[in-house]
Amino acid sequence: MQTLESILVGHPFFKELKPQYLQLITGCASNVRFNAGTYMLREGAEASQFYLIRHGKVALEIPAAQRGHITIETIEAGEVLGWSWLFPPYRWHFSARVVEPVRAIALDGTCLRAKGEEDHDLGYELMKRVAHIMMERLQATRMQLLDVYGVGARGGL
Amino acid sequence: MIIQGKDQVVLQYEHFQQLLVVLNSRGYQVVGPTVRDGAIVYDTLTEVSDLPVGYTDEQEGGTYRLKRRADNALFGYAVGPHSWKKFLHPPVLRLWRATREEHGFQVIPENQEAPKLAFLGVRSCELHAMAIQDAVFMRPGYTDPTYQLRRNNLCIVAINCGQAGGTCFCTSMHTGPKATAGFDLALTEVLDADRHYFVVEVGTELGTEILQELPHTEANKDDIQLAEDIVASTAEHMGRSMDTTGIKDLLYRNLEHPRWEDVASRCLTCSNCTMVCPTCFCTTVEDVTDLAGEHAERWRKWDSCFTMDFSYISGGSIRSSTKSRYRQWMTHKLGTWIDQFGTSGCVGCGRCITWCPVGIDITEEVRAIRESDNAPATKAKEQ
Amino acid sequence: MIANVPDPMLPQLFRVQRVRREIPDTFTLELEPEEGVEIPPFASGQFNMLYVFGVGEIPISISGDPARRRPLVHTTRAVGTVSKAMRALKPEDVIGVRGPFGSHWPIERALGKDVVIVAGGIGLAPLRSAMYQIISHREKYGKVVLLYGARTPEDILYRREVEHWPAHFDLEVYVTVDNATGKWRGSVGVVTRLIPRAPFDPLNTVAMICGPEIMMRFTAAEFEKRGVATESIFVSMERNMKCAIGQCGHCQYGPHFVCKDGPVFQYSHVQDLLTKWEI
Repeated sequence: MQTLESILVGHPFFKELKPQYLQLITGCASNVRFNAGTYMLREGAEASQFYLIRHGKVALEIPAAQRGHITIETIEAGEVLGWSWLFPPYRWHFSARVVEPVRAIALDGTCLRAKGEEDHDLGYELMKRVAHIMMERLQATRMQLLDVYGVGARGGL
Repeated sequence: MIIQGKDQVVLQYEHFQQLLVVLNSRGYQVVGPTVRDGAIVYDTLTEVSDLPVGYTDEQEGGTYRLKRRADNALFGYAVGPHSWKKFLHPPVLRLWRATREEHGFQVIPENQEAPKLAFLGVRSCELHAMAIQDAVFMRPGYTDPTYQLRRNNLCIVAINCGQAGGTCFCTSMHTGPKATAGFDLALTEVLDADRHYFVVEVGTELGTEILQELPHTEANKDDIQLAEDIVASTAEHMGRSMDTTGIKDLLYRNLEHPRWEDVASRCLTCSNCTMVCPTCFCTTVEDVTDLAGEHAERWRKWDSCFTMDFSYISGGSIRSSTKSRYRQWMTHKLGTWIDQFGTSGCVGCGRCITWCPVGIDITEEVRAIRESDNAPATKAKEQ
Repeated sequence: MIANVPDPMLPQLFRVQRVRREIPDTFTLELEPEEGVEIPPFASGQFNMLYVFGVGEIPISISGDPARRRPLVHTTRAVGTVSKAMRALKPEDVIGVRGPFGSHWPIERALGKDVVIVAGGIGLAPLRSAMYQIISHREKYGKVVLLYGARTPEDILYRREVEHWPAHFDLEVYVTVDNATGKWRGSVGVVTRLIPRAPFDPLNTVAMICGPEIMMRFTAAEFEKRGVATESIFVSMERNMKCAIGQCGHCQYGPHFVCKDGPVFQYSHVQDLLTKWEI
């Protein structure tokens, strides 16, 4: 069975992180599971943890009047769920509902944030990685916004 | 004398009418330059007097005027708004008809028929333009039957220009002024106080046959030299020039050059340039039907890349800005044409410069881009 | 490839066998040739020009199996006058067909390699034709993966077939939508996100992409990021077509005539053009 540390080391989010930081982070990590239908995050709740998804599928949702819950994105194996733990007011902007049973590593965001304030090198490493995820999500979201498959074009330009 | 290919003879002015007669007698309808509506256009000719005798033209950017000459030269002018493509690549052509029937419809193809034409007064640049259109319409993989029928039945009497037009630059494009190939006969008009004749060069068997029926004398060394001098002088007096060194790559690496915005602020997208250009070939297809919905026809018509809907696909046009349309025309004519057909699309006739209502000058646009060329080492700016 | 008929500008007559409504706005036409008309062989990725009497003519992707030419199958969206008139046709109505025209998906270059097909929206139509070809000779290829992006779950084209393929053939299918309500249990997000984790060997893969131009551009870039050579990535372009034989000039895309040099292009040949606005 893989140790927590070896799992983290293999995950893209922690690539090339200094061993002492990896140890530190492992101290803030734990294995978790969620059943289908449960909520890993709730919109508005305190954002204290974030997750590295290892298996399963999570739907990021927003409830909308008359339309039910709209899934704006699914997060899947290998991806990171949640970054609001790093930015005030440290509350979730979406809910995340488990679609396919999830096995993940939960990381104590509050703890990591505090350690990042103490050690700015660690803080910078965390910021870089979260920023990269955000950039990729922003690009993807922009594409979704364009509604390229909509009527009026085979997508146009 | 027995005339052979490349022989040169002298045809006197007073016998020129005989040339038209001989062509007619051989079943050719003669078309050539004539004055109409203040311009020299191409239309049917029956007599020498139908030609623009004693006329010349003054051409500049956005300017065309006919003027009277002091002499009665038959070909004392440059090219006008028409080109020979209107005869070989008809502006309007029905492709087929269809009629509704009880259980569907029937398509009725057209009978291809075309009169035999003799082109009288074809300039060297125009011979090159025809060769360029040959590469478009008679290419490996597809031959346009309409074009081929008209092209194959052609008799071409070329003229070596005795003067360069105000917007001409055939020497830059290596398309003239001397006609070197593609003609049955090539004439150089020699005219001064006491003589008026044509030095005639034979190009083909057909040219020989026609010449046999005309009164002529052998051209002597002086005649031939005179003709060459005339053409050499024309080459020295071009109204424009264009440096075509590496022009395809120049245009490919300058697709985002600010000059395109500049020309777009002047261009009206009126499409005159494409209509007068002897090599522009774009067409559209129109499906029409009668009100009762019983008969339908498909027509092919000249089109222009300057129109707003030329590049329309569902959702909108790819090229909606003036800038993109002017860029398309010019980069196609001078650049991508080379990749498509192996030669430039431009023959340096200057028509696009003369007939542009705002005088946009393709040679000037190239010059401007070349002068502030994006160096090949740096990539074009991303938007 | 030019149609094997005397005059490629003359429509051949076919009869509508069936007009199948697919997803909203999208329909499939199944055609049978009239007496004396041959269905010329076609390759996946090619298109025909279809003519509705008295209305007009448009290019439409062939979406059927090249090995089973009858009926002749096309899929398109009903967005303009002609396509809407086409959707309103009834069985036994006569329709004019010119073609097939254009370049084809390079299935032959994928022999022994992994094949990744990425479709966006209606782009699945010409790629279904390629999929049929691959499935019928499955053993000739390595891993076969289909990545499909649609607007919403209701806009998944050929849904039953797409679900049937991984169940009955050795291939993987990943479908994602731009947005969905809670009932959808599949992926939500852009199709490009499926590429980093898709199971294929970047050094031994042929990628075939069809969809809106933006989608193709970003998808090709993702493949490049993963190490696939630009000579092994193929896209299908669309431009205004009138003649379909490279004579009318409308479909020009840089130096290329999309009707005869395309619509399928090797990405390395059009990579620079794809980023140029209004080219």
